[in-house]
Amino acid sequence: MTRSFLARNPSVLIFIGLLAVFTLCVTLMSEAFGAGVISTSFVKTLGKTLCLCLVALAMDLIWGYAGILSLGHMAFFALGGYMIGMWLMYARTEEIVVAALSQGGLPATPEEITQGIATQIFGVVGSSDLPVIWSFAHSLPLQLLMALAVPGVLALIFGWLAFRSRVTGVYLSILTQAMTLALALYLFQNDSGLRGNNGLSGLQNLPGLADTSQDLVSIWFFWASALALALGYLTLNWVVSGKFGSVIRAIRDDEARVRFLGYPVEVYKLFLFTLTALIAALAGVLYYPQAGIINPAELAPIASIYLAVWVAIGGRGRLYGAVIGAAFVSLMSSVFTSGRLPDITLGPVRLNWVDWWLVILGLTFVAVTLFAPKGIGGLFDRLRHIAPPDRKGAPLGPDDGAFQEQEAQR
Amino acid sequence: MTALLEVSGVSVTFDGFRAINNLSFNIGPAELRAIIGPNGAGKTTFMDIVTGKTRPDTGTVTFGERSVSLLSMNEAQIAREGIGRKFQRPTVFEDQTVEANLILALKAPRSPWRVLLWKPGPADHARVRELARDVGLADHLHRKSGELSHGQKQWLEIAMLLAQEPRLLLVDEPAAGMTPAEREQTTALLVSLAKTRAVVVVEHDMDFVRRLNCKVTVLHEGAVLAEGSLDHVTRDPQVISVYLGRG
Repeated sequence: MTRSFLARNPSVLIFIGLLAVFTLCVTLMSEAFGAGVISTSFVKTLGKTLCLCLVALAMDLIWGYAGILSLGHMAFFALGGYMIGMWLMYARTEEIVVAALSQGGLPATPEEITQGIATQIFGVVGSSDLPVIWSFAHSLPLQLLMALAVPGVLALIFGWLAFRSRVTGVYLSILTQAMTLALALYLFQNDSGLRGNNGLSGLQNLPGLADTSQDLVSIWFFWASALALALGYLTLNWVVSGKFGSVIRAIRDDEARVRFLGYPVEVYKLFLFTLTALIAALAGVLYYPQAGIINPAELAPIASIYLAVWVAIGGRGRLYGAVIGAAFVSLMSSVFTSGRLPDITLGPVRLNWVDWWLVILGLTFVAVTLFAPKGIGGLFDRLRHIAPPDRKGAPLGPDDGAFQEQEAQR
Repeated sequence: MTALLEVSGVSVTFDGFRAINNLSFNIGPAELRAIIGPNGAGKTTFMDIVTGKTRPDTGTVTFGERSVSLLSMNEAQIAREGIGRKFQRPTVFEDQTVEANLILALKAPRSPWRVLLWKPGPADHARVRELARDVGLADHLHRKSGELSHGQKQWLEIAMLLAQEPRLLLVDEPAAGMTPAEREQTTALLVSLAKTRAVVVVEHDMDFVRRLNCKVTVLHEGAVLAEGSLDHVTRDPQVISVYLGRG
């Protein structure tokens, strides 16, 4: 037990090493630094994928380790994106407005600038006033704080209400779906203050860097995403490898027993729910400047279900599984839905990949759940000859989220 | 001698069925007590009330020198006050090693932040090894507890209870599913534990209760029917009629 953290968790070094090599390769092949083998838009896709891997880590912590199937974490992701998007849009519009007003000869007053920005941003929803929630949008530090505070406080309040009443299992999943749907419906309204279904756009243009090409910006964000993922992996590995990890896995399998040991189970759940919401928000902050646009459809309930599918396909309860699942499925998804794959004609049926991708994904999910509950991560167990315990089909605990026999390691 | 646990005038009704009816019960700080009674007498409900799983409709439950009321606390708070519970079915965390199970139970801070920063020191490891040795699991520390035999799981759970260092131990049918030799061992353990803390044993098996050689409380229809030595209560005509009447 005196061995160091890295010795006990060899996957951390392997993971960070692979991520570093990958980052270096992409950089050398990018338009900005090297051969230009990888297009800037694909660099952005890869950067976004790294952000999705980070959310998947959060999802694995709360579902794979603690057994809480939250189907609302993409709401926190999108909220983080909205918050950073507000600053990006405000600061960028401010530049344009100042430039336009200064052509008149006289320097513009602050009121004129604010008015100009409000008209520019909200003209599309028929308004010319800056809503109260944009009060901090002029300042990057304040808005970054909001990017963590807003999802964090929402998670804290929602989690407190849900866990205090001991809502568990499928009921909690439904509640979280309701939360993200309600939030999406609210944001779809034009008077929500976030431009309704237009969402926020032009987020790829960084204020003050109008002359910097997107080739370079995309690589910066790619680096930032890789760094965030590496730090996230390191931190979460530390969280789950000690006694804390032991407690939350115990909560997953038999929470009543954990209570009788004296652990405040509800406080742990709230802690995890909020922590993972913050990680999701951070991932969103890095994702949306690369996506360039955010609208309320990003909070659709299906987005959070995808998140669970990624973790399930990668293998829950192992952090690298979540990363592999998210990377694999989201990259496959962008390949299949790009519309560039040729259709296949099978007799009278024409197989269009864009239409059929969701069916394939759905069937894969069902197949993984039924036949390979360890997901892709199970392949590593097979390589290392780690067998599941022979429990005659019995799960490891009485709770809904408890590990099933096939998911566990002997 | 003041009582460690004092239950007085407690009643619970489930859907019109009175599971506990004006029950009063005391136990001292270092005492062994057996609770017997036919099925449905309220033995398990009594334990549920003391450990916070069930809230009584009326009555008071107080614990410790300062007589703190347990009724306003949740299960975790009551456990931290010093009440440990052993279930009938062995409940250990099957996906974790014997060592991890024991470390979970060790008396230490329980809040998320403190647990996140907590690291087992040499003393903690020594304590874990000592507990494992006491229950014959010293060679199994690094095995997943799900792999243990039924009897070994029972012993692991007992070791986990000891690691919690409770002042009151509630034990539900410890003899169930044990071999005669293990029963002997369990009896000796319970008797020695009761020298330093209060132990309440709920049991069906009269032979086992006789070997515990302690004061017995007979529950019937949610209330105390008789209390005293085993010989005393088995001579009680009411007890005889309840037990014989039920067949």
